[in-house]
Amino acid sequence: MNRRLPRTNDAGASPGVWRLAWQRLRRDRVGMASLYVVVAFLLLIAASHFGLIAADWQQEKGVSFANPSFLPHLENREAQQSLQLQTAQAQSDPSHLAQFRAVDPLAATYDQVQQRALSYQIKEPARAMTLPFGGDKWGRSVLAKMIKGAEISIAVGLLAALIATMLGTLFGALAGYLGRWVNDLLEWFYNVFTSIPYLLLIFAIIAVVKANPALQSQGLLTIVLVLGLTGWTGVYRLVRAEYMKHTHREYVRAADAIGASVWRRMFVHILPNISHIILVQLSLLVVGFIKAEVILSFLGFGVPVDMVSWGTMLDEAQNELVIGKWWQLVGAGLLTMAVFVTAFSLLTDALRDALDPKLK
Amino acid sequence: MSTAYTHVAVAAQPPQLLRIDRLSIGFRINREDVVPATRAVSFAVPRESVVALVGESGSGKSVTALAVMGLLPKDSAVIGRDSGIYYNGINLLFALPAQARSVRGKEIAMIFQEPMSALNPVLRVGAQIEEVLRTHLRMGTRAARARAAELLSEVGIPEPQRRLASFPHELSGGQQQRVMIAMAIACEPKLLIADEPTTALDVTIQQQILELLQRLKTRHRMSILFITHDLALVKRHADQVVVLQDGVVREQGGAQQIFRAPRDAYTRALLACRPGLDRRPQRLPVVEDFLNSDLRVDAQAQAFPERVRGVSADDAMVLIVNHLSKRFYLRSGLFEKQPLAAVSDVSFRLPKGKTVGLVGESGSGKSTLGLALLRLHAADSGEVLFEGNDILRLPPARFRAYKRRIQIIFQNPYASLNPRFTVGQILLEPMQLHGIGADDRERRELALAWLRKVGLEEAAYAKYPHEFSGGQRQRIAVARCLTLKPEVIVCDECVSALDVSVQAQVLNLLQDLQDEFGLSYLFISHDLAVVRHMSDYMLVMRAGEVVEQGESDAIFHAPQHPYTQQLLAALRN
Repeated sequence: MNRRLPRTNDAGASPGVWRLAWQRLRRDRVGMASLYVVVAFLLLIAASHFGLIAADWQQEKGVSFANPSFLPHLENREAQQSLQLQTAQAQSDPSHLAQFRAVDPLAATYDQVQQRALSYQIKEPARAMTLPFGGDKWGRSVLAKMIKGAEISIAVGLLAALIATMLGTLFGALAGYLGRWVNDLLEWFYNVFTSIPYLLLIFAIIAVVKANPALQSQGLLTIVLVLGLTGWTGVYRLVRAEYMKHTHREYVRAADAIGASVWRRMFVHILPNISHIILVQLSLLVVGFIKAEVILSFLGFGVPVDMVSWGTMLDEAQNELVIGKWWQLVGAGLLTMAVFVTAFSLLTDALRDALDPKLK
Repeated sequence: MSTAYTHVAVAAQPPQLLRIDRLSIGFRINREDVVPATRAVSFAVPRESVVALVGESGSGKSVTALAVMGLLPKDSAVIGRDSGIYYNGINLLFALPAQARSVRGKEIAMIFQEPMSALNPVLRVGAQIEEVLRTHLRMGTRAARARAAELLSEVGIPEPQRRLASFPHELSGGQQQRVMIAMAIACEPKLLIADEPTTALDVTIQQQILELLQRLKTRHRMSILFITHDLALVKRHADQVVVLQDGVVREQGGAQQIFRAPRDAYTRALLACRPGLDRRPQRLPVVEDFLNSDLRVDAQAQAFPERVRGVSADDAMVLIVNHLSKRFYLRSGLFEKQPLAAVSDVSFRLPKGKTVGLVGESGSGKSTLGLALLRLHAADSGEVLFEGNDILRLPPARFRAYKRRIQIIFQNPYASLNPRFTVGQILLEPMQLHGIGADDRERRELALAWLRKVGLEEAAYAKYPHEFSGGQRQRIAVARCLTLKPEVIVCDECVSALDVSVQAQVLNLLQDLQDEFGLSYLFISHDLAVVRHMSDYMLVMRAGEVVEQGESDAIFHAPQHPYTQQLLAALRN
């Protein structure tokens, strides 16, 4: 990453900041690889969002804990048990209950119900013994759940991190650059805010958000808001410190001397110079929020039960691991979450380097 | 690096303490490319002598010193195979690590440019000196404490016992450097490497430190390798001078010869392009003048006619400053504030098309004064009249118009340009903000014209500041000011971060622009020679007050105030 770049010195055309950054990123092999991975994930969740793939993730297609198709011969006691149970129920003879008939006044009614029920054909769909990446307890495809879960988790992580970073940057810039009473006010707010225990704060915000009838049905939006509104504090402190440092730099004074407004100095001159710090914070927050969603799901404030996320999958995987069903853990934790989180971190690292013209 | 060790019998001590032999160092910037920093540099440091290693930035002088100390970055530095750094006959480059370490730790010591950053700010001065004594000489606590006090008194710090308990920030810059020297000589080194030890200090302090080093050299019978960018500085103290340029030795020899009869054109240029005290040429000679001609120094200097400076009664005044004051408040205790007068009751007039020089040492308030004129600092009292309007009291909307007409060039061209902007953006922004030029296309043409004017190529337009050298960056900063077509420019130490040869170029540029556009300068500097070269009228500041003001030549020939006399005396040495 630390390479000096030969630059094209075509006099006339001025390559923009972004084009130069792109040229630098292109030379960074790790960065490009992680960019491909992240773009692949984004395409995947876009496709799943518009129902092109994994739309049928809720259908119970296989037997309980169906084996992955690449390991078809694993012993599956759970599926065998439930199959035995089904056949046992089908073959069960109610005659052994005859001794109770004499004392049961409703027996005749039950008999009628039983007779009528037999006239309906219950058609249990044929359940597959194996699924592409195995099945969960209810026989849903883990692969489809991985894709659908990625959609929810990445959306939650990215949106919440964006909100938190923007809030933190705005507050930090105001406090750090303007100083004086603005700084005092925001510091006071920050101190009060961080003195409240984290979980209590989350409950409080959830209570407020849930009280709003317009938001009640939007389970996802609640989590995004909760994480976004509580996660800005770290960004705020860092950005504030950076602004305090840069405020007295000569290039900012020079901008003042040529007549640039306060707003322009804050966001056109200083912000690009500290963008690498904000980018790193953003990537840390995305990773953190994807994990926080797991905790919230555990506490019952996570994604609604009719949705799936990496968090809920990992939650289920805990119990499955005990009985030797590892595919949900590997699928959600290793193949998707770990890959995405790593690629995303590496990408933001590469972006930071690419966007920094000082780096040689 | 090869693993071939050179075993040399130490029995016969060579006449030279340190001998650098064909030292070639390069820095690896990627897998294939190595940028050379020094090329076959050879020189020697005899016993008990001072050798000055002189060169501008990028000449490889500090790299050489770091190589002697073994402080080069291991993963990027590439050392030539036939290079040698012989200390008492032992090649330190290829010696056994333990052997090299024992030499470097005990017999070679180094002091750096910035004493404040070389001292640990959270440890007391005494503890830092004692640590050196305890680790290297295995002294006991009590012995170390006594020896530390001795060392402090030896380097000329008053009340050494009390000073042992001080923190570095409680000492002045000169005292901090003295502490660094005390730590360096604690182990009685044979060789002291001083890397620009006086550059960060005021002129009067510089002389004291140089004299201290000279005294210590004689008393401890050690050699000093003195690294500096300022050839004039070592005139009195060096025995030998080595002049480096771009990693190559241009000239070496006895100090007498180098200063009296320099053989190399580059050395001649270095001596001539610094503004002198007795002459004021129309234009300062620059390195190119010497490299392209065979003229000797004095002949070269004579080629430029003298410039006459001074103010006259009928000069139109563009800026009148009356009783300007600015206080800062230092926090003391929990709620108390102590006022510190940064600028107190300063009055002067800036004539149109002339330069007013403002000279003073660090902390004298000269920069604060410059910033207050542009309202970059809010002044407490006084007035600044621009065309009869007090610009300090104007409402912001009306001040905007004046902002265009009074501009500033900062000291450090590395800090004053936004690293995220291309040169084009840097030059367009002021014009966009003030509505100069009809559209961006026209502004672009204007910007390109200014780039040519300050001596840069048009290709610079699309580049970023970091792609330029210090001198070129300062030209960009000048061009940024000029886009606004200002009438007054405050030059705040605008050449003090530049090499001597580059300084001459920028000073010439500023002078040319003044001649062409009739600009008025407030020229702020700590360097009396530069101020005298540039200014018609001069203010001398100390501790926020103007102690003396008058025509530059008058002040130079007959300084009235003792402080001015002291400054001039330090310079004439």
